[in-house]
Amino acid sequence: MTAALRQDQSPVAEAAPAPLVTVENLTVSFKGGDGVIKAVNGVDFTLERGKVLTILGESGSGKSVTLKAMMRLHPPRKTSYTGRIAIGGREILSLSDRELGQVRGSVVSMIFQEPMLAFDPVYTIGQQIAETVVRHEGVSRQAADKRALELLEMVQIPSAARRLKAYPHEMSGGMRQRAMIALALSCRPDLLLADEPTTALDATVQMQVLILLRQLQREMGMAVIFVTHDMGVAAEIADEVAVMYAGRFIETGPVGDVIGRRLHPYTEGLLASTVHGAQRGQRLETIAGAPPNLAKLPSGCAFAPRCRYVEPRCRETEVPLFHPKPDHAARCLRIDR
Amino acid sequence: MISYLIRRLLYSVPIALGVSLMIFMLVHLAPGDPISAIAPADAPPDVVERLRVDYGYDKPLPIQFGLWLGRAVTGDLGNSVASGQPVAAEVMSAVGNTILLSLCAAVFGFTLGAVLGFVAGYKQGRAMDKIATAIAVAGISVPHYWLGMVLVIVFSVQLNALPAVGMGPGGSNDWAWDWLHMRHLILPAITLAVIPIGIVMRTTRSAVAEILNQEFVQALRAKGLSERHVLGHVIRNVAPTVLAVMGLQLGYLLGGSILIETVFSWPGTGFLLNTAIFRRDIPMLQGTILVLALFFVFLNVVVDLIQTAVDPRIKRA
Repeated sequence: MTAALRQDQSPVAEAAPAPLVTVENLTVSFKGGDGVIKAVNGVDFTLERGKVLTILGESGSGKSVTLKAMMRLHPPRKTSYTGRIAIGGREILSLSDRELGQVRGSVVSMIFQEPMLAFDPVYTIGQQIAETVVRHEGVSRQAADKRALELLEMVQIPSAARRLKAYPHEMSGGMRQRAMIALALSCRPDLLLADEPTTALDATVQMQVLILLRQLQREMGMAVIFVTHDMGVAAEIADEVAVMYAGRFIETGPVGDVIGRRLHPYTEGLLASTVHGAQRGQRLETIAGAPPNLAKLPSGCAFAPRCRYVEPRCRETEVPLFHPKPDHAARCLRIDR
Repeated sequence: MISYLIRRLLYSVPIALGVSLMIFMLVHLAPGDPISAIAPADAPPDVVERLRVDYGYDKPLPIQFGLWLGRAVTGDLGNSVASGQPVAAEVMSAVGNTILLSLCAAVFGFTLGAVLGFVAGYKQGRAMDKIATAIAVAGISVPHYWLGMVLVIVFSVQLNALPAVGMGPGGSNDWAWDWLHMRHLILPAITLAVIPIGIVMRTTRSAVAEILNQEFVQALRAKGLSERHVLGHVIRNVAPTVLAVMGLQLGYLLGGSILIETVFSWPGTGFLLNTAIFRRDIPMLQGTILVLALFFVFLNVVVDLIQTAVDPRIKRA
């Protein structure tokens, strides 16, 4: 394990096969009633098969937008993408609608934040899983029903056969999210996108779902991009962490480095504002101010207006990514010194 | 499901009773009694009195109601004060004609309304949506008796293409499914369909737009379903709302076509009601309204049952 890990990180990695996911200079913007909203402003990353990348950020940081862009899920008429997304050799941004339909749900699939809203309320859980299996694997309805039952058993839903015939409103929140996971994994995707899948759940159920996800991810060897605003969740599941702010990755690196040896003042603020790092009886720190308006971003570093270390040069030019270590990087001029 | 059906039918019994009491009372609230309307002004008082006894109008109201209800249950709605003929037979033949007209208007109007509404909701904010919405607003706003007269002027008087009145050649009331009869149906059915087109269209449009904004539609696309399959899901989701509105509209079509039937002299219940009102023919009035009201009650049961069948969130227990 250690040897494999070291080989991953060594400079000889060029010889290894191409990563599953390559994203280069991705931007996503929406045409709205009041101008263009630039939600994602140049995101680059790669993700190997079987690895978990967690995108961490506040609401409005562009993390969910980035995630949904991975399968071009934004309304086509209002959204424009630039840059490049490649998943398993497929150029997502230039696929036709038909090709996209074949990729969605089979190569890449998604778990949503609120399973109650993500299931069609007038179809049973079984129908909704079987429908996906029929769509992508071209099997008979009976075979798909059988597969749906296996999937529900795989995500440890009790009395699975009965739950197959249940409607979403007849299940509990945790059970619905398990069913959502079963649906997402139904066609053995290479890449799973998880959009705050535990946020809507009770704390105890949250942990169970996380553990289940982690276990299934290891068994099936798939890559996961996991979006959350919760440091604790990120620490639990991630291999790599990317901290997102105003549509950019402002710090990326292995989970231990980002949490233990954080470089960016924003990451520092996020950590200080979670219960995990704080002491009993102490007030939690907050990051002063609010995230910037994505319709008119400030020049220079987008975090400058809220940063306690801000210097005049922060507002002058766009801050590049600095690499103090090969795999740990951040967009902050203080690293340059 | 069967027990739900039985229970739902039992619920409608008190509703039907209440409705019949209302209808009975409503007519008696009007000043004067029906006999003074049919008897000549100079009729001797003892003749008027005998007529009153013959028709049972001398008894106290609760007894009159009881007798009327008792007979109504067995299908006897009394005799028309104006013609002396049994009310039930006249109402039933008129009901047949009204159902014919209403169903044609409903099939045409509901189909057009649902299709326009679906397209408008799906293409929200685009040209198709604006055109369909304009049609709907026009349909709801235009007075339909006026539209009926305009259609008559254009297609019957000017173009001489379609008949203006009646339901068959030479004023015959015997229906047949041939062109000679069916051409009589076209103008009244179109006129009658105008309001349902608008209402069904608007309901469908807003229901479709609302469903399309829900997250599960994005989730369906994320599963890789084709647009055709996604639309199938959308239709299943809007069906309960749209069907409920269609059921109510069908009720209005059956009961509310007085103006249209009068404009086109269509021998249906609306036409019958209009005549009965002018003749102060109270048994006829009561009988017709009762049948129409029971239709409404019955349609509500049907709509409820269909909704329960399409939407699992409505409990059958």
